[in-house]
Amino acid sequence: MTASTATAAGGYAFAYLDDQTKRMIRRAILKAIAIPGHQVPFAARDMPMPYGWGTGGIQVTAAILGPADVLKVIDQGADDTTNAVSIRKFFKTTANVAVTTRTTEATVIQTRHRIPETPLGPGQILVYQVPIPEPLRFLEPRETETRVMHALADYGLMHVKLYEDIATHGRIAKTYAYPVKVEGRYVMDPSPTPKFDNPKMHLSPALQLFGAGREKRIYALPPFTHVVSLDFEDHPFEPTRFDAPCALCGATGVYLDEVVTDDAGGRMFVCSDTDHCETRRAEGHHGTEWAGEATEATA
Amino acid sequence: MTDTLSTPLLSAENLGRDYGARIGCRDVAFDLFEGEVLAIVGESGSGKSTLLNLLSGQLAPTAGRVAYRMRDGATRDLGSLSEAERRFLFRTDWGFVHQDATRGLRMGVSAGGNVGERLMAVGERHYGRIRAAAEDWLGRVEIDTTRIDEKPTAYSGGMRQRLQIARNLVTAPRLVFMDEPTGGLDVSVQARLLDLVRGLVADLGLAVIVVTHDLAVARLLSHRTMVMKDGRVIEQGLTDRVLDDPREAYTQLLVSSILQP
Ligand SMILES: Nc1ncnc2c1ncn2[C@@H]1O[C@H](COP(=O)(O)OP(=O)(O)OP(=O)(O)O)[C@@H](O)[C@H]1O
Ligand SMILES: [Mg+2]
Repeated sequence: MTASTATAAGGYAFAYLDDQTKRMIRRAILKAIAIPGHQVPFAARDMPMPYGWGTGGIQVTAAILGPADVLKVIDQGADDTTNAVSIRKFFKTTANVAVTTRTTEATVIQTRHRIPETPLGPGQILVYQVPIPEPLRFLEPRETETRVMHALADYGLMHVKLYEDIATHGRIAKTYAYPVKVEGRYVMDPSPTPKFDNPKMHLSPALQLFGAGREKRIYALPPFTHVVSLDFEDHPFEPTRFDAPCALCGATGVYLDEVVTDDAGGRMFVCSDTDHCETRRAEGHHGTEWAGEATEATA
Repeated sequence: MTDTLSTPLLSAENLGRDYGARIGCRDVAFDLFEGEVLAIVGESGSGKSTLLNLLSGQLAPTAGRVAYRMRDGATRDLGSLSEAERRFLFRTDWGFVHQDATRGLRMGVSAGGNVGERLMAVGERHYGRIRAAAEDWLGRVEIDTTRIDEKPTAYSGGMRQRLQIARNLVTAPRLVFMDEPTGGLDVSVQARLLDLVRGLVADLGLAVIVVTHDLAVARLLSHRTMVMKDGRVIEQGLTDRVLDDPREAYTQLLVSSILQP
């Protein structure tokens, strides 16, 4: 591709975006980092893929990638879904960066739905693909009003929503896109990650960037930001817990997906983070459904 | 305490609002003290809603000012309040009961959530206490507490108005604005609502500014009445005096046409 040869030659316009666009997006990112949790509007560009593919996250990644970066892309925790494979291929083509499936090796991780189980470290950047950035949207449809509510930290309505949940279900029923308060100031939607991952955002040493393409918003959590899930004193936030360990690697305290194993309705629960699961199995861990092929693999 | 009694809660000075060349209201001046109920009456288009919106800081005046004595005792010009202060005042020390309940309620939120909203807005974070307060207030406005989880869409017109009142009173405001609170309700429902409001006002020592074109509402609820015509106050005084012994010809007309059969 001509684009990739031009960018590979170096210069500011590296990784698909032209330098004007890149400057504009990087400015929005810097502003977002300076005001943790605040949604910064940006002039999102059309990308050569539909919005549902996470064009906001892709633009953020394209704006921050450098030639020395190592990119990992996950979707629902997995590196091998169509979405993840396509985005990885896109950046390999346009930026010619190294790619990996290993969380520990990546400098930039683009994600939709999950935060890796392996704790992130300093210097790593997690880029979220966000479909709906506005946590107040379903309570207050008027954009002018939600802007004022953020400006005045007027967030009572968020708790009205949680109140309704408890009144109806006896508990806060929201399991993903669970709203958080950032540095005691802005309410933010980590959409659409499961609430299981909310505690991982709190005081993370990694930089977390959120990009919403269709709604043209970027927001951020700088390293070591306070991120607290909203709740009531007598109905405290509780991350999802799983009863059984991963059937393949035996891990506990991780997010599990239910997979159907045969036509007879057999099913098991396995790590949604495929890299985490594979790494553990390579280290010799195993669960009930997998006795271990580690010796075979290493042989 | 003497201070509280001698300093007005709210004062309008030379208050006016024009809509371009049209007069909304002009030259309004009065003091309202704590626990006092003021009725604003007049025919359609006389400027009642305009005045109420000026007094409640929802509309900027083109002349004059409104001063309000805040909970901390400091009297402030409403025009000088920041948006954050104005909102805070609106959901703590003030109430606003709309004629159309769908404007004053969140129709998609349960009755309990409607009543609890103000508490949550000012920082209450204990579900049990919010629910207990909501139950208490539903009881006080004579709504069956077993209906706490229903949405106002399932409520009758009279119940919706009572729910609006509960939602406003939960933060113990000192001043409540009402715009035609009984408008559009059946006569028997109106009577019950007025009775309830009268009881609450007396129990809580609320100050109320109520706009109505129904002189019977003014008679039942208010201590003082202000009569408006073409955007100006043409007569004001104690309600019994204004209604029983009107001085202005227009008021005499108003009283005779509405109160006497
Ligand atoms: N937004 C506006 N723009 C222009 N003129 C307005 C506006 N609002 C009110 N007016 C005019 O101001 C005058 C007073 O209207 P207002 O709504 O205050 O009367 P009202 O006494 O509340 O009437 P009603 O009993 O019908 O509610 C009327 O002549 C009205 O047409
Ligand atoms: Mg009116």
